[in-house]
Amino acid sequence: MNTSLKGEMKKSRKIYITLMKCGMLFCTALVALLTLFMIAYILIKGIPNISWELLSTKPSYISDRIGILPDILNTLYIVITTLIIVIPLGVGAAIYLTEYAKNQKIVAAIEFASETLSGIPSIIYGLVGMLFFCQFMGMKTSLIAGSLTLVIMNLPNVMRTTQESLKTVPQSYREGAFGLGAGKWRMIRTVVLPGCVDGVITGCILSIGRILGESAALLFTAGFAHAMGNIFEALTSPGATLTVALYVYAKEQGEFEVAFAIAAILMILTLIINFSATLVQKYFEKRRKV
Amino acid sequence: MKKKRLFENIVHGVFLILGHITVGFVLLITIYLIVSGIPAIKEIGLVNFLFGTQWAPTKAEPQYGILPFILTSVYGTAGAILIGVPIGFMTAVYLSKVANKKVRAVVENAVNLLAGIPSVVYGLVGMLILVPTIKKIFDVPDGASLFAAIIVLAVMILPSIIKVSITSLDAVPKEYEDASLALGATPTETYFKVSVPAAKSGIAAAVVLGVGRAIGETMAVMMVSGNVANMPSLFESVRFLTTAVSSEMAYSSGLQQQALFSIALVLFLFIMLINVTLNFFLKKERK
Repeated sequence: MNTSLKGEMKKSRKIYITLMKCGMLFCTALVALLTLFMIAYILIKGIPNISWELLSTKPSYISDRIGILPDILNTLYIVITTLIIVIPLGVGAAIYLTEYAKNQKIVAAIEFASETLSGIPSIIYGLVGMLFFCQFMGMKTSLIAGSLTLVIMNLPNVMRTTQESLKTVPQSYREGAFGLGAGKWRMIRTVVLPGCVDGVITGCILSIGRILGESAALLFTAGFAHAMGNIFEALTSPGATLTVALYVYAKEQGEFEVAFAIAAILMILTLIINFSATLVQKYFEKRRKV
Repeated sequence: MKKKRLFENIVHGVFLILGHITVGFVLLITIYLIVSGIPAIKEIGLVNFLFGTQWAPTKAEPQYGILPFILTSVYGTAGAILIGVPIGFMTAVYLSKVANKKVRAVVENAVNLLAGIPSVVYGLVGMLILVPTIKKIFDVPDGASLFAAIIVLAVMILPSIIKVSITSLDAVPKEYEDASLALGATPTETYFKVSVPAAKSGIAAAVVLGVGRAIGETMAVMMVSGNVANMPSLFESVRFLTTAVSSEMAYSSGLQQQALFSIALVLFLFIMLINVTLNFFLKKERK
């Protein structure tokens, strides 16, 4: 008998339970505190170093100052270009999978490919991007080569979120459209595409987060120059994004104050992205219920 | 009518191409890595390349052995898993089974945030806090070491482990737990002896995912591991497969650069192996 009538337990059982309970509490607290520490440390160390001069100028050896405006602009350009290319591709692929593909083997192959893509480390993307876009396609080290590399990286993301939102479009809507005499394309345009808006938005937010955080894939494709220009000049010339600039300032130049300022900016952006992702998710969940 | 059918066919064709684009990208990456990775292996010799213990491409008699990198990656990943998995696993059980809604929401948000922090930021914090601390506590000449990399990697794989484990723990049928409770087991015993075994393929998938993350991480590791091509040792400066590629890519040429492509090919093979394992566990989980 493990338990007597008084409800007393064997000692070893009691120890096991207490141990596991303490372990769970300790680990959860550790994870929460770790996150809190990361945020607090970066913000406290970084925010005092953010100044208007840092944000609004480019680096200059003559006046011995460091400015990160070019890096901010480059990040913006890369995010925009990547999204413009990846969204049509990802949405198209998702529509093919849910609306057109009939052969289960092909669907499985495509899904396996997409899972493989999301498992490949960014350094390999960087290498292949360098070989294919920069050298083979003759784009040299440039923002556009970096963007195209990121397109491949983010494609599975956009595809998956779009696919999930398409699954929530009721089959009867599609049949209704066909019943009214719509062709397949018209049905997709009027029924399917409006239904995938939330998936596309979620995919966009996730992709922006990933692009902001990416560095290894951009180091050899987009380079680490701090030149400044409008979007068209910038796309064909090399340039560092904020993350790449952080790496260069911290590791190669030992400018930790600037590095922390950039880290704080990235941290704030990460917070905003996470917050908006949760918000968007809640909003769409509510709307779907109505 | 004919015109309409033609139009529909064109649309179908466009979507067909878009649908297969991921397959195309995977092929592109595979082919590029194989084509650019094979020549150097041929020239150096497979055995010399994989099992050589010396990496010295700039010497008068260049050496291209990548065993130090392979072992460092394996040890580093194993270390990160050893530390990260228990912590992540316990947290997942707590959040999925014990925690109330509010606590769960807060910690889950924290975990999502942890996943969103760029790897260079982890590298920066590691460089300025972890490395000096290791130097002080263990009294070693330089804190930038395999040990520092293991700690950083352990933190970085936490979110993937927690998230995937929670999903599979949530999916355990409530009846299992009720039955165990009715038989006199306490809640804690039920979670660990009934729920966890029921979710084991999902948890295995979480571990494999963590392995993939750890082995592929580049920038954070580059900033804390010292980056010298030693055979791995806990408190010495080491170089991983990933950092071997990225640290010399910028200035290398000729056979040295080709050898870097070969390293990437080796890394890619590791990753493919991990992906296949991951898929296996995920399929099992779905069943």
